[in-house]
Amino acid sequence: MSRMLKSALGWMDDRFPLSKVWNEHLAEYYAPKNFNWMYYFGSLAILVLVNQIITGIFLTINYKPDAKLAFDSVEYIMRDVEWGWLIRYMHSTGASAFFVVVYLHMFRGLVYGSFKKPRELVWTFGMIIYVALMAEAFMGYLLPWGQMSYWGAQVIVSLFGAIPYVGEDLALWLRGDYVISDATLNRFFAFHVIAIPLVLVILVFMHIVALHAVGSNNPEGIEIKKHKDDKGVPLDGIPFHPYYSVKDLVGVAVFMFIFALIIFYMPEMGGYFLEHANFVPADPLKTPEHIAPVWYFTPFYAILRAVPDKFLGVVAMAGAIFVLFLLPWLDRGVNKSIRYRGPVFKASIYAFCISFIGLGYFGMQPVTEVGTWFSRIFSLIYFAFFLLMPFYSNIGQDKYVPERVEEK
Amino acid sequence: MSEQVVDKRRRLFLTAAATAVTGVGAAYVAVPFIASMNPSDRAKAAGAPVEVDISKLELGQLIRVEWRGKPVWVLKRSEQSLAEIAEMTDILRDPDSNESEQPESCKNVGRSIKPEVFLAVGICTHLGCSPTYRPEVAPDDLGPAWKGGFFCPCHGSLFDLSGRVYAGVPAPLNLVVPPHEYVTETKILIGSSGGQA
Repeated sequence: MSRMLKSALGWMDDRFPLSKVWNEHLAEYYAPKNFNWMYYFGSLAILVLVNQIITGIFLTINYKPDAKLAFDSVEYIMRDVEWGWLIRYMHSTGASAFFVVVYLHMFRGLVYGSFKKPRELVWTFGMIIYVALMAEAFMGYLLPWGQMSYWGAQVIVSLFGAIPYVGEDLALWLRGDYVISDATLNRFFAFHVIAIPLVLVILVFMHIVALHAVGSNNPEGIEIKKHKDDKGVPLDGIPFHPYYSVKDLVGVAVFMFIFALIIFYMPEMGGYFLEHANFVPADPLKTPEHIAPVWYFTPFYAILRAVPDKFLGVVAMAGAIFVLFLLPWLDRGVNKSIRYRGPVFKASIYAFCISFIGLGYFGMQPVTEVGTWFSRIFSLIYFAFFLLMPFYSNIGQDKYVPERVEEK
Repeated sequence: MSEQVVDKRRRLFLTAAATAVTGVGAAYVAVPFIASMNPSDRAKAAGAPVEVDISKLELGQLIRVEWRGKPVWVLKRSEQSLAEIAEMTDILRDPDSNESEQPESCKNVGRSIKPEVFLAVGICTHLGCSPTYRPEVAPDDLGPAWKGGFFCPCHGSLFDLSGRVYAGVPAPLNLVVPPHEYVTETKILIGSSGGQA
């Protein structure tokens, strides 16, 4: 039997590089042996992407991308389609889970210096994935055609209108109508279910190819490729499969446990994952009393609101995302991992986290004077963290960084 | 064959020419796809004028009419409000409506044809939310100086009862006054300005 399988594999390998790809990316891809729990989020992001694609396909079977039918078709899925509620909640909770996982994944990269040479492109592809994911989530949020869908889309598309000279025409072109309408819903559906998912899958592929070309970083920030045995295998590396494929399954189990708890017991998360106003059909004549984007956009939304000028507010918001792309070139620190960085950098990471979470909080709240001032202070810290990085990132680093991953 | 020398200049020219022609072709092919996302002829034609009857409109009452998919407000203002509007110029960004969009007939303090009847497109000039009508004087959340007006819940922009924007708020312009005309004493046709554009 095993001989038959072997010859079948041989037949295959002569025509398609199955063993080669398997070895290069799994069985003979050597990852550092000291990964900790923060390294779960890469594989979890793939899991959530698969979840979104599969649940998404099944939702399109019953969803109707028509301004007259969309809201009711979602309610139809929730009430009349067998297990429709579960598939819909898996998709809507999956969107929030995606951002939880991606934010933690990015944070891991930030503190262990995984964006630093030679991994700049891994970070860049990852950032493009993040931007595509924001577009994907935003367009998906219009589809239920609730009040928040409608007015959220109105605000975000109007952001493009703030660009001088071409802005109004660009917003008109994006909407395909003079207001958010059936035309907008229909095209957002097309982008959400086919255009952006295709781009996302291609980008994830490039992200992984780039990662596997340079090799994974680790919590010590040590390049394991510096020390190889005579076969060229890194001394501190272990094959991804079976070591990390099995380890990641534990992460998957823990994640699925929490994911299921949310889906079954708090799928709306008290209005943070699915906002209350979105259970009212879209009404073009009336804006809800308090409108806020879903939680994963609120840090940037708070920056937008902190600036008392339409165009500059949009510039600040776009700049807050753009500056993340520059991270590999802003950080001048010699050491990668936070474990061997100076006290100024460590303190800056704390300040950055507080400002990012603070912005996220105030972005959800109604406009108040106090909130606006806090948002302004946090926005300044956010930008200072990145733009001053060339000056402070190399202060007081540890002289000694171990050559090898030490046994524990 | 093996004795032939590669003519590098010729090869470079052919590569560049093929790339350029393909590039121009691709650009031309992109045009219909990009243009297909513009508003369709049906969307462009949907902007027919809307008639509204104001005979039952009471003092201080605001009604909403849908015109081109947007809310249009029709508000009847009191003598007192009109007097207050005339006095509040110093806290407004553009009290004379020089930068904002309104028909020529409405370029006055009240921004209306008849002083008491005010029409505006109920869409904030900041990011397109529909502001709420807040006629009450000096409510808790808007402060003691508030004389009635419109408050945008999305980003906190303020407008007076003539739709004129306050200074220091995110909205850059006064609310848009749509073209309109009086068909009779109590009937307004929104979207038509009696022959003018």
